Parts: sequence; structure tokens; C-alpha cells
Amino acid sequence: MGESRGGGCCPPMDLMRSETMQLVQLIVPMESAHLTVSYLGDLGLVQFKDLNSEKSPFQRTYAAQIKRCGEMARKIRFFKDQMSKAEVLPKELLEKESDIDLDDVEVKLGELEAELVEINANNDKLQRSYNELMEYKLVLQKAGEFFSSAHRSATAQQREIESEDSQQAGDDLLESPLLQEEKSVDSSKQVKLGFLTGLVPREKSMVFERILFRATRGNIFIRQTVIEEPVIDPSSGEKAEKNVFIVFYSGERAKSKILKICEAFGANRYPFSEDLGKQAQMITEVSGRLSELKTTIDAGLGHRNVLLQTIGDKFELWNLKVRKEKAIYHTLNMLSLDVTKKCLVAEGWSPVFASNEIQDALQRAAVDSNSQVGSIFQVLRTKESPPTYFRTNKFTSAIQEIVDAYGVAKYQEANPGVFTIVTFPFLFAVMFGDWGHGICILLATMYLILREKKLASQKLGDIMEMAFGGRYVILMMSLFSIYTGLIYNEFFSIPYPLFAPSAYDCRDASCSEATTIGLIKVRDTYPFGLDPVWHGTRSELPFLNSLKMKMSILLGVSQMNLGIIMSYFNARFFKSSVNIWFQFIPQMIFLNSLFGYLSVLIIIKWCTGSQADLYHVMIYMFLSPTDELGENQLFPHQKTVQLVLLFLALVSVPCMLLPKPFILKKQHEARHQGQSYAPLDETDESLHVETTGGSHGHEEFEFSEIFVHQLIHTIEFVLGAVSNTASYLRLWALSLAHSELSSVFYEKVLLLAWGYNNVFILIIGILVFIFATVGVLLVMETLSAFLHALRLHWVEFQNKFYEGDGYKFAPFTFIFTANEDE
Amino acid sequence: MYGFEALTFNIHGGYLEAIVRGHRAGLLTTADYNNLCQCENLDDIKMHLSATKYGSYLQNEPSPLHTTTIVEKCTLKLVDDYKHMLCQATEPMSTFLEYIRYGHMIDNVVLIVTGTLHERDVQELLEKCHPLGMFDSIATLAVAQNMRELYRLVLVDTPLAPYFSECLTSEDLDDMNIEIMRNTLYKAYLEDFYKFCQKIGGATSEIMSDLLAFEADRRAVNITINSIGTELTREDRKKLYSNFGLLYPYGHEELAICEDIDQVRGVMEKYPPYQAIFSKMSYGESQMLDKAFYEEEVRRLCLAFEQQFHYAVFFAYMRLREQEIRNLMWISECVAQNQKSRIHDSVVYMF
Repeated sequence: MGESRGGGCCPPMDLMRSETMQLVQLIVPMESAHLTVSYLGDLGLVQFKDLNSEKSPFQRTYAAQIKRCGEMARKIRFFKDQMSKAEVLPKELLEKESDIDLDDVEVKLGELEAELVEINANNDKLQRSYNELMEYKLVLQKAGEFFSSAHRSATAQQREIESEDSQQAGDDLLESPLLQEEKSVDSSKQVKLGFLTGLVPREKSMVFERILFRATRGNIFIRQTVIEEPVIDPSSGEKAEKNVFIVFYSGERAKSKILKICEAFGANRYPFSEDLGKQAQMITEVSGRLSELKTTIDAGLGHRNVLLQTIGDKFELWNLKVRKEKAIYHTLNMLSLDVTKKCLVAEGWSPVFASNEIQDALQRAAVDSNSQVGSIFQVLRTKESPPTYFRTNKFTSAIQEIVDAYGVAKYQEANPGVFTIVTFPFLFAVMFGDWGHGICILLATMYLILREKKLASQKLGDIMEMAFGGRYVILMMSLFSIYTGLIYNEFFSIPYPLFAPSAYDCRDASCSEATTIGLIKVRDTYPFGLDPVWHGTRSELPFLNSLKMKMSILLGVSQMNLGIIMSYFNARFFKSSVNIWFQFIPQMIFLNSLFGYLSVLIIIKWCTGSQADLYHVMIYMFLSPTDELGENQLFPHQKTVQLVLLFLALVSVPCMLLPKPFILKKQHEARHQGQSYAPLDETDESLHVETTGGSHGHEEFEFSEIFVHQLIHTIEFVLGAVSNTASYLRLWALSLAHSELSSVFYEKVLLLAWGYNNVFILIIGILVFIFATVGVLLVMETLSAFLHALRLHWVEFQNKFYEGDGYKFAPFTFIFTANEDE
Repeated sequence: MYGFEALTFNIHGGYLEAIVRGHRAGLLTTADYNNLCQCENLDDIKMHLSATKYGSYLQNEPSPLHTTTIVEKCTLKLVDDYKHMLCQATEPMSTFLEYIRYGHMIDNVVLIVTGTLHERDVQELLEKCHPLGMFDSIATLAVAQNMRELYRLVLVDTPLAPYFSECLTSEDLDDMNIEIMRNTLYKAYLEDFYKFCQKIGGATSEIMSDLLAFEADRRAVNITINSIGTELTREDRKKLYSNFGLLYPYGHEELAICEDIDQVRGVMEKYPPYQAIFSKMSYGESQMLDKAFYEEEVRRLCLAFEQQFHYAVFFAYMRLREQEIRNLMWISECVAQNQKSRIHDSVVYMF
């Protein structure tokens, strides 16, 4: 296990392989267990294994304590809820660690909760009677209005009828005898009519009216008035829209029915008197009591706020303490109890380098808890695969996240993250080459980086959070895109002769801007990147396409070669010569004899300026390898070389496919035999070797399965060599799309607006240009280039060597994330 | 019989079916029940449930807990899930989901009416009602004196109104009447639901027919057993059986004349699906019948999940959740009353 990393000549590369991990066993005396776990949590370098997984949560040793913590957490949530309702903010946690006793906290929390609940109950009672009075007042006002208006209209009607009566007493008696009768009946019955007043929720008012009507067979008269502002309902304490109603009825049976219905609808009834004088008196009485109650309630609220303030001062401290304790007890529950019940046995993973720190923490815990016996620390040997742990910093962590999102590296497997740090932003920049846009992104990310401390402490939105997490990746991406932008010579799609004047000039006046014919070379070749004279000419696109396409293939082939070389390092590290001879070498030969050869041809063509058609060369290398090349010949003996390469490629395919499964089978048989006859003390050793050797241990060896697996692998590689190379052409495509888009925005928006010679149009043009640049180019294009770079790494690069079936080291630590509990 | 549901079902039903299948994964498993059965007190149950979907509903409950709180919160979760699905649903699924509620509505109506008959407080009764079966004017039921009033005052506005057409009498309400009313309503409800499912067609109708037929047959058996020794005449008894199901029509003829439990058994054993249920019980025993029926129902409900593109999963899921809450209630009661030996008597395991 203790393999030296990096090798003798180079400094150790932490990120290349996972930290060496060990399975440690801690035997901790009962009395110091709590403190030990607490110190280990501060250290944050041990991942405890659950040794009681077969036990249900409440059967474990510390279930009672966890319940206590849960109860305390509930109280704390209650306080938080109450504080946010009263708009009291908890004080920021200032002192880092002050020692408070959990029991004290529990007692204190209990007392405060009881006090708060009592105050709340009192307040609720007061509030309820206050609300009732408010409703009563409303009823008095609205019903009073109704009565007075009814009275007015009634008297007016009465007068009208009386005057009419006197005029046409004679004929009316014949025409409407019923009316007459009614009038006389009315006056006698009016006395018996009872009425009820109250409030009913508005959404139920229609149903209420309907049911009343049905229940009394229409023998009621109901009047409702809308209250404009919402009223606070006394029983629920929530705001509700209500109507004031007044119901007239006759008879006791109707009354009892109406009362029942009122009750069923949650309609609050209030007494009311017909007498106007009494009404006024009641209104003043109610108003007086309202103002009295108001002061009492205010005093109660003040008292409550003071209490909440005192809670708020300690709130964060308690919250942290309780969560810490809960985490500790959860961890303690994972430890198994020794038979003697005097000590706890813990097992867990830890990095080898942390051994001293862990032992130190154990010792401190033993001393601090006045334990007579110290804890025992020992390293266990195991066949289990340990977790993968890379020590990252704030710069590398984001990159590592990108790799981990695909799959966590197998333990001690080569980590593609090391190369991703550079290749990822580079491939991004190939697709996003514009130094103007690069500077914009650089400024944005510099803002994030410079205000890092401030932004890290506060909660950001979803998208902002992502940008902030990847700020160093974005920084690298922007730097690289400035670099490639300089090579492409594009600044918001405009070329600048930054390093020297263009090497070409017009021979005479006849050459126009749209063509390169007639240009002659007057100076040395442009020293860095693309000559600005290409821009805007008719041959710009063919030239750039050919350049970028070939460059993409070169980049792709080299990155894929790197991936295969990584598989060599893996094979060497895990000491698997089979993988070197029958995987690494044939893969190398296959890829390079086809696409490596293509790359060489590209470079030769660039250097010699030959007119040969590379498509033709590549295609006829397969179709008719013996034909003469003719004018497509780039170097002498090319045909022979091609025949040899083709032969090598064809031979390497069966080399990949056939030997490995047979060798594995043989090895398995040999090991199996060796094991059954080996002396006992050696088995342990051989087991140990097996785990480091990365082979499958005692698993069933299924030859057909291995063979099919190898078959799939081989086919995937052979087909993948073609399709992956083609896939790298996306570098060209996206970079083309980017430069075309930005030149469209520049020419068709900015220059067009400029041509109108109108300030207003110009301003609109500039605005559109800015929004298009930011929205489409800086945001959308960045995202798409990012995704394509991601794909090139995950698929084309990592499938050459990366297994990614490990699991991450998740140590027990107290660094809680803010929203863990929610 | 099969249309091309697979082609079009997901346009409206796909999201909800995904939701309901996700919910199904949250149902408590046998392992959960085994753990729950080992609990020492209600706090243990709460702790165990905190790892399940009920966690967030129980976490703010102060101890000491009561069984009613646990059941209430679990039911609340069920209602929230149901409402979530209902407000996402379009026709005809929303109607289908509504149908699931009607059974609870009937139970609630009966509960309130019986309660008022015995002069219980309306608020107290309302708390006992199943929240799925609530409707606006439910509290007004207390006003009614007889069936006609009941119908005319309150129920005419509810979806139950059409089911009342068969039991409109002016008789005053009494226990017997109410029980007959419940069964008549249920009969009408099941028949209506059955027809609705037939109308939807496809896999829904096929699976729902099976489930509803089982429900109807179970009710028929229960009616028969409960009416033995009462003054209900044979004709009246037969009127309460739903007009579909495996027992219809010949089984009903025979059930109607049964005089004791063994005769019922004799009738039922002629039907192969029910033979297994009755063969588990010894003669003369009816205690275990409920559990046996529940187990059979759960088995059938679980099978509903085996097919895709139909609405019966929603019905099955709601029923399973109700069974789950019944299980939790039983376990909690046993734990609270220290009757742990009886804990397995009534728990129906699913999945």
C-alpha cells in the first residue's frame, strides 16, 4: 500500500492519486468516548463505519440522547419560528467556541419554552377578546346603518302610502285588497319577529344564505353587508374576509335551526339592540374596552419581544451546540459496544498522514476527560476498497468536482483532474477564442474572487452559487480565451495589428478589400497568431476552417494519446503487466498508426506547403493501399509506410481482444490452486496483495463474462478511435460559430446603426449590441462551450483510462452546511 | 378492449403517474413494520417515522405524543399528497380522483348524523371526520331531522346527491335507518364508480372492475354477517347488495337467506377467489375475516401497480396509504397500551 507516488525524480503530486487510506480501529473507554468523538469531529479526518447497521435507530446505545437532542432541536425550531414572526434577528455567533453544558442548555431551553408558551397563551387570549370586540364593533356599525336606512325608507314609504291612500281610498280598496290586508297584518306581527346579527366568512356567505333559506322554507329575511378590510377571526387568529349579516325570523323552531346553522358555519353571533340610543351607548362602551385591551396587548407584546431578544442573543450558540451534540451521538451510535460494556469500538477510514493527529486527539480526549485508561489506536488490514480522498484547495476543488460529477476515482487510480486543470480551460478557450469576451469574463470572475470572503459567508441564489463555486475554473477559462483570442486575433470579432503591422500589402490600387488577390508580402510573417489582413476577405473562411479543423484533430489526437498513456501509468501502479502488453501497447499502436499518422501528415503539409489532399490519402489508405499516391505524395516511401501502419493497426485489434481473457483465466486458476495448497500464514499475505493488485479476489471467475466484456471494450475502442477523433471537430465548429455570431452582431447591429448618422438609432444599436453580446455570447456561448469541453473530457478523454467506480471519503466533521437541517 | 393508451396517456397522466409511483416507493415496507413493532414507546415510533415521508409532519410535535396525533399527522400527509395530485389532474382523471373521496364523504355524513342523534357536540364530531371526506356544509348535517331534510338541506349540493334517490323517506332517523342509508349510499356509489370506470375503458376499467367487484363482494358479506339476527328482512338485505361483482346475481340470492356465519361461508366457498380467504378461518369464527379481507385487498391493490397507463394506481395508492395509516394506528395503540403481543394481529404488510 505504501507506494511512493510520483517517482524518485519528481516532487510528489498529491492530486494524481488518492491519499493512502487505512482502516483504523479505535477502542475508547466509555467515559471518554463523547469527548473523543468531539475532538475527532473537530479534526475531521475519520470516516466512521456503521458497525450497528443491523440495529434499528432506537435500539442503539445512545438513542435516548438523540431523542433528547431532537426534542431540543424542536424547541430551537419553535424559537426560530417565533423570532421570525416577531422579526427578531438572532445575533451572529461571535465567540468561536464557548464551553456550555448540554444539560444546562436543556434546562434553559425548557424554561424559556414554557415561559414563551405561557406568554403566547395569554396574548392569544387577549388578542381573541380584542378581535371579538373588533367584530362586535363592526356588527354594531354595519347593522346600525342597515337599521337606520331601513327606518328611513320605511317611514318614507309609509308616508307615501298614506298620502296615496287618502287620495284614492275608494278604488284602491277594490283593486288591491291584499295590500291593505298585509299592511294591517304587518303592524301586528312586527313585534314577534326576532333577529340575529353576526359575521360570516365571505366565501361561505352564499351557501349560508341558501341553507338558511332551505332550512326555514324561505321564512326568513336576510341582509348581508360586505366589510371592506379583512377581519381577524377570533378563533383562528388569521385574517379573513367576512360579511356582516342580519337575519329576521319568526318562531322558536326557526331560531334554534338558525342557531345550529350559524354554529356549523363558524358564524360568530353578537347581541344587538334595535334602540338607537342603546346602540350608540354600546359602541362607545366597546371602543373604550378596545383601547384598554390594546394597551394590555402592547405591554404583553413588549414583554414577549424582550424575552425573544434574550433568546436571540444565545440562539446561534445553542443551535450549534445542539446540532453538534446530535452529530456526536449519531456517530457514537455507529460504534459497537464491547462485551464488557466498558469501552466502545470504532472502525473507520482515515488517511495515513493523519495517524499522528488522530492519536494526539485521542490522548487529549483521554486527559481532558480524566479517564484512567487511554484509547487504543490500531491499523486493521482489510480487503475492502478504501474511499478515495484528494486533498484539494479552493483552486483545485472545483476542477475535482467536475471530474467527480462523472464518477469518483477508484481508490488510487490516476486522477484525470490533474490534467483537467489545464486542458479543460484550454479546450474551452479553443471554442471561445475572443480576447474581448475573455476580458469581460475575466472582470466578472475577478469580482467574485476579490469579494470571495464576503460572498462565501452569505447565501447566494442557485445560479450565482454555481458561478461562485466555479470561480477559479472561470478565471482559468477567461485567461485561456484571452490567449486563444490573441491567436485568432479577434476582439469582439475585430482584428487588431497588435504585434506588428500586417505582412501583406497591396501591389497596386486594383486590389479591393474583399479579396486577397493582388496582395504581396512586404514584411516578415506576422509574429503571433493570425494576420489581421485575412479578416473580411473572401478566402477568410476557407483558410480559418482548414486551420481550425486540422488544429482540432491535432489537439484531439494528443489528448487521446495522453489518456492512453494514463492507462499505462495505472497499469504500472497496479502492477498489471497484462494491461500494459495487451491493452496499452495495442491501443497506442492502433490509434497512432491511423490518426497519429494523420497528424503527422498535417504537420508535414503545414511545413512543406504541399497541395496534397489528405482526405484522399486517408481514405485510399484503406480502400486501395497498394495504389500509387501520385500527386498526393508528401514524403518518399509513403506507400510502404502506409502499408506497414495499416498492417500494424490490423494486427493490434486481435491483440487487444484475445490474449487478455485467456491470461486472466490462467492467472485465476494458478492463484486458486496456489491458495488451496499454501500454508496458512501466507494466505493473509496473498489476500493483502490481492487488494492492492486490484484483481477480483474470491469473486467467481466467469470466463464468458470476461470475454464478452473484453469484446465490448475492444469494439468500443476501435470504433471510438474514429468517432472520438471526429468528435474533437466540435472544437472547430463551436469556434467558427462563435466568431461568426460575434461578427454578425458587430456588423449587422453596431456598424448598421453607425451608418444612419443618427444619435437615437446609434444608442439603440449600442444597447442591442451590448445585450446581444452579454446574453448570447457571454452567457449562452460560454455555457455551450463549457458543456462541450465537459463532454470532451468525460467521454473522449476519460474513457481511455478512467474507471471512476470508487466512493468519496466523507469524514465526520463539524463543518455544517447552513441548510443541513432544513 | 385495449385502446392505444400508451400512445396518449402520458400527455395528461404521465406526470401524475410518475408522482404516484414515486409515492409508492415511500410506502412503509415489511422491514419498517418489523422495526416499528419493536418500539418501546410512542417516541420511538416518532423517531423511526422521522426517517420516512412522515418525518417533516411529526418533527415539530412535542412529546409526549398521543396515538391520535400520529394518526392525525399521517392522515394530513395523505390529504396533502391527494390534494397535490388532484390540483394537477385534468379530466377525466380529476373526476376519478374525486370518486375516491366519496366513500369517505358517505362515512362522514353517517358519522355526523349518528353523532347528532346521540347528542354529541358537533365540533367534536367534525374532528373525528376523515379529512378526505369533508365538504363545505358538512356541519349543517346536524340540523336535519329526517332523511328528506338531510337531502334537501345539505346533500343536494354535494356529489352524493344522486345516490340519495333510493333512500328518500320521511322517517325519522334512527340507528337502523342510518345503517341502511349508509349501505344504500355505498351501493349507489360503488355502482356509479363502476360505471364511470367502464366509461373510461382500457386498462383502467379492467383493473378497477376487479378492485371494485372485490369491494362490492366484501360489503355484501359484511352486510350479511352484520344483519344476521336483526329485523332486516331478506328482501331488504338483498336490496343493499351492489348489482355487480363476482357474487352477482346468484351469490346474492344465496347470501340473502343466510342465517348464520357458517352458511355465509358455505356460499362464499363456491367462489374460488374467496375460498382461500375462508379456508384460513376455523368454523364459526368471524373475527379474523376483516384482516383476511384486508390482506386480499392489499394483494390486489399491489397488483394494480404492475400495469402502466391506467388510473387504478391512484385508487390503489390511496387505499394502500389508508391501510398504512390503519397499521400505524394499530401499532401505536398496541405500543401505547403495552399490548405488544397483539401487535401482529391486525397489521397488514404490503410489498
